[in-house]
Amino acid sequence: MNLSDKLEIVNISDTGKRRPHNEDSTLSDAENGLVVLADGMGGYKAGEVASAIAVTDPHELICSGLRKIKRAQLDKVTGLHSESVLVKEAIIQANSNIYNTAQEDPECQGMGTTIVVALFYSGIVTIAHVGDSRLYRKRANNFEQITVDHSLIQELIARGLYTPEEAHAKTPKNLVTRALGIDANVEVDVVEEPVIAGDILLLCSDGLNDMVDDEEIHLTLSKYSVNLAEAGQALVDLANAKGGKDNISVILIRALEGFSDSGGFFKQLINRFR
Amino acid sequence: MAKLVLSLNGVVQGEYQLDKERLSIGRKADNDIPIDNLAVSGKHALVITILDDSFLEDLGSTNGSYVNGKLIKKHALKDGDVIAIGKHEMKYVNELATADDDEFEKTMIIKPGSASAAVAAAQAAEKAVASAAPAAASPASTAPTAPAAGGGGGGMPLGRLTVLNGPIAGKELVLTKALITLGKPGTQVAVISRRPQGYFLTHIESDGDGKRYPTVNGEPIGPKAYQLKDSDLIELAGIKMEFSSST
Repeated sequence: MNLSDKLEIVNISDTGKRRPHNEDSTLSDAENGLVVLADGMGGYKAGEVASAIAVTDPHELICSGLRKIKRAQLDKVTGLHSESVLVKEAIIQANSNIYNTAQEDPECQGMGTTIVVALFYSGIVTIAHVGDSRLYRKRANNFEQITVDHSLIQELIARGLYTPEEAHAKTPKNLVTRALGIDANVEVDVVEEPVIAGDILLLCSDGLNDMVDDEEIHLTLSKYSVNLAEAGQALVDLANAKGGKDNISVILIRALEGFSDSGGFFKQLINRFR
Repeated sequence: MAKLVLSLNGVVQGEYQLDKERLSIGRKADNDIPIDNLAVSGKHALVITILDDSFLEDLGSTNGSYVNGKLIKKHALKDGDVIAIGKHEMKYVNELATADDDEFEKTMIIKPGSASAAVAAAQAAEKAVASAAPAAASPASTAPTAPAAGGGGGGMPLGRLTVLNGPIAGKELVLTKALITLGKPGTQVAVISRRPQGYFLTHIESDGDGKRYPTVNGEPIGPKAYQLKDSDLIELAGIKMEFSSST
C-alpha cells in the first residue's frame, strides 16, 4: 500500500535562535504513511542521540512490521488495530534502546526524548505519543489538540489545582512527566482517529507551541493552507520572530482526496492479487 | 527556596522555609506554623508546595484566610502575596520565580513517581478539607498512587452504549474498540474514539449540508470532539443511545 500520492507531507526542523544545536529529530515516510517527531533533552549532544534513536528505531520496526502483520485487523485485548499495536511496541522498543544506551555510555547519561508518531492507513490515523510534543488536527474550520501533554502543568490543571490561565502564568512549562529513555518501562498513549480528505495534521515540538499560541497556529495554517510547505515555514518563522528560544520542529500532513477510501477490505484484497 | 514571613502589626515574628510538601498553619501547637491567637482556627490552613510552586488552602477555618485582601479557599501563591489570618500577616517570598525569568527553559524530566506523589499529596489534602478531617493525616507514602492525569489508558473502565429505540432497542454495546463508527453512511455518521482521558464523540458526515451534527442531551455537538460523560444521551440518524462509563 503506497500512500505517497494520497498524503502531502512537509517536514521542517529548525535550531531556533537561542540554542547552540538542534536536539529535535523528525522523519517522514510518505510511502508507508508514517511521520515521527522527537524532542531530545539532556547532556552535551546527548539529546540529539536520544531523539535520533527515537525516530530511526520506530521507523525501521514499523516498516518491517507493516509487511508482516495482517493489515487493519482488530486486536481483541486492546480494541486497537494491528497497526496501533505495532506502533506502540516500536515505541516501547525505542525506549529500551535509549535507556540502555544512556546506561552504558557515560556521555549519554540522563538523556531522554519525547516522541509523537502518526501512522496513516485505511482512512484511519494511529497517533501515539510520550511527553509534551503535540499533534493538532485542522478539519475544515476547526483546530484541536489531539494529544494531551505528559507535563506537570497539564497534571496540575487536570487535578484542578490551577486554572489553565494560572498554570500558564506560573508553572514552568519545561517539566515533562513522561519521556523515552529515563526508565526501563514507558507508558505510551495511543489513539485512533478517522481521517477525512482535506484534514491537516500538525506534529510539533514545544519550540512551536511555547512561542506561538494555538489560535495563531490555526490562523497561520488557514492563511497558507493552499501551500503546505509555505504554511510550515510560516509557523517556524513565527516561532523565531517571537524569540525562537527552543528548537522548532513542524511536520504537516494533508490527507488528499482518495485517502479515506484507499484501504477498504475489498480493495486490499484486490491489491493483493495485483 | 520560597518562604513565608510571619508578622503582626508590622513586626516580624518569624520566617518559615517552604521545604516540606505540606505545611500547616493553625492555633494548635502541633502546626508547622503555630499562631496562638483566638482568631485562628485549630487547623486553619495548609500550604502545599510542589517544586517551586506553592498553594494555599483554607481548611474550613471559622474566620477564613485572605490573600491580598480577598477571601480564598484555594489560591496559587505568587511572589509578594500577603496572606492574612486573623490579625497576622504572612508574606510569600519566592525569589527564584522572579529571578530566572529569562533563563533558558531547558526541558527537564521529572520521574513520573515523584510527580504523581506530589499530586496525590495535594489530592489527599483536598479530601481532608472536604471531610474537615485533621489535615496532618494520610502521609503521602500511604496515599494511593494517583493515576497519571490523562494517562492510565489501561486502567480506564470500558464505556458502554445502550440503544434506546429502533429495531435493536435494548442492545448494549461495550466500547472495546479504540474507534467505533456509528450511524448510516450517507445519512449521518459519527465516531467514538477512545483516548486516555475518556471517550470522545466526533461528527464525520451527514446528508444535506454535511453539518447536521449528532446531539448529546438534545444539544448538537458541533464540529469539535465532544467528551462523553456518564449517562449522556446521544441521538444520531434517528437512533437514541445512552452512554455509560461506570463498570
